[in-house]
Amino acid sequence: MLTPLAFERPVLELEARIEDLRKLGQHDDLDLSEETQRLEAQIEKSLAQLYGKLTPWQRVQVARHPNRPRALSVINALIDDFTPLAGDRLYGEDEAIIGGIGRLKGRSVVVIGQEKGGDTASRVKHNFGMAHPEGYRKAMRLMDLAERFKLPVVSFVDTPGAFPGIEAEERGQAEAIARCLQKGLEIETPFVAAVLGEGGSGGAVAIAAADKLLMFEHSVYSVISPEGCASILWRSAEQAPEAAEALRMTAKDLYDLGVADAIVPEPVGGAHRDPQAAIQSLGDAIVSALGETEAGGVTGAELKRRRRERFLKIGG
Amino acid sequence: MSWIENYVRPRIQQLVRRTPTQSDLWRQCPACGQMIFHQDLDRAQMVCPNCSHHMRIGAKARFDLLFDADGHDVLTMPQTPADPLKFRDQKRYTDRLKDAVNKNGPGDALKAAAGRIDGMPAVVAVLDFAFMGGSMGAAVGAGFVASVRAAIERKAGFVAITASGGARMQEGILSLMQMPRTVAALGMLKDAGLPYIVVLTDPTTGGVSASFAMLGDIAIAEPGAGIGFAGQRVIKETIGQTLPEGFQRAEYLYDHGMIDMVVTRAEMKATLGRVLSLLMQPTRAVANLPALVADTAKADAAAPAQAGVALKPGGKASRARATEPKQPETKQAEATKAEPRT
Repeated sequence: MLTPLAFERPVLELEARIEDLRKLGQHDDLDLSEETQRLEAQIEKSLAQLYGKLTPWQRVQVARHPNRPRALSVINALIDDFTPLAGDRLYGEDEAIIGGIGRLKGRSVVVIGQEKGGDTASRVKHNFGMAHPEGYRKAMRLMDLAERFKLPVVSFVDTPGAFPGIEAEERGQAEAIARCLQKGLEIETPFVAAVLGEGGSGGAVAIAAADKLLMFEHSVYSVISPEGCASILWRSAEQAPEAAEALRMTAKDLYDLGVADAIVPEPVGGAHRDPQAAIQSLGDAIVSALGETEAGGVTGAELKRRRRERFLKIGG
Repeated sequence: MSWIENYVRPRIQQLVRRTPTQSDLWRQCPACGQMIFHQDLDRAQMVCPNCSHHMRIGAKARFDLLFDADGHDVLTMPQTPADPLKFRDQKRYTDRLKDAVNKNGPGDALKAAAGRIDGMPAVVAVLDFAFMGGSMGAAVGAGFVASVRAAIERKAGFVAITASGGARMQEGILSLMQMPRTVAALGMLKDAGLPYIVVLTDPTTGGVSASFAMLGDIAIAEPGAGIGFAGQRVIKETIGQTLPEGFQRAEYLYDHGMIDMVVTRAEMKATLGRVLSLLMQPTRAVANLPALVADTAKADAAAPAQAGVALKPGGKASRARATEPKQPETKQAEATKAEPRT
């Protein structure tokens, strides 16, 4: 069952009524299909309306929806022969960032993705998508592998941020993020990043300074969470909706600001209502972004030069 | 010319001028609480004479401390869009910027200058914590890129002195993008074969620590500086534990292998000059080699006079060089010629 979002209440009420009608239809031999169809049409209409004018704060809720496509479900659907690779060769294995090699529409790629987990057990296992330094160092190792074998890198961003903890600091969280960022800027191989849900600050940009940045229609990407921003600038986390608006953190905002290169459309009512359809559009968008990146048989050195230029002038 | 200029104006200025008060003359050390006379504090480079606490200082003070006495050029920083998001919380971002400029002077949080440090060509970029917490927005990012380019143009070493709470959230995602921007700039410096030295000062956290601040060829920190990724309050809230003593201090980072050295403000210029020389003038060290290898006794005797630069960290020998940087260079160049390497 879908986890309900507060602003979806009118739709959820309609869905509940359809469910009631179905139950009713099973007991008596009534034909309620006409009524059901009418309600379904109504749902479709109100979803389109609701999602057509989501506020930034509502979008943050959608971006964090537990039924949204996550890195593992995207990899399972899009990557054939996925072979997970583990460990940073320095300290440990961090399951907040999963990675490996596999085929995207027949072509070998290196995949790096932040995984939040879907239920309590897997959320704990993946530390809610909040990586320790090991996660970033594993990502770097995989980028090195990609370069050695001239494979494109595809990264999936979905994290509240890098983990803020004693051990993470001890083992150099800041250094790990900085080096990972540096590695991503230096590899001489195509690099496409896609924000699936939540792009949380430094923990996200570490694996996303790519040739092309894609964003799901209802994903968000920000320097700080709206709650964090509100508690600093408004002195209360309750002002998060205002902060979400002020931060300009939606896919459309980032596209308009020239940070995101493309917006991947989601099914009506958000990717959580039809994850597979959303994932297929994402797959197509990644393939075309890779195609654009490599157009004209560009060399690895040229890719690196262009990527560097892109970021040297970002922000004006 | 007139009595207005000669008499009235000075009178008005006198009325308006603040007379020095007790609080101007004495400053309290934020660490130990000791009251310190301002002249003593200036003389001590804003380091508490009682507890050695290194107080925060601005860009101009840094330039004066590090560059040789023959002067330095303050670099003009590029203009960037002032308020790209039209950001407004309880206050407009543009008003916050105006306040910061009124308090700190024109520009933004990053200032840079080119000159010499103990004779070595260097560009020094300083983040000023007093300017909106040293936060990094497009102006800081663009300034960093410009400073790196200036270093490359001048074939100078690049020194970044950091003090920052992180990214400037009023610039939203564009402030986050300054992380890859500054890292990309360091790529150019690396290609040019020039050294990058970071001096981490209190505090260095967030997006600044997770980008250019942690990528130095050599990483130096001032004693006691707070350095880390996440803020202590955030960590406490996340893990619900008290933090260990000295957590995220310079010495803690040293113990965990994250930085090369902790250097006092008094020793900083000499250390930077020495490191830059070692990295940028590799043949100068060679000039001392034959003596060290051939005759240990002789080399030992010569050490205080010649090789003292390398052997005594931050000693007087290295600082003495600052006064006549050219002379020893020519001498050693001749010595290299006279004693061909084998």
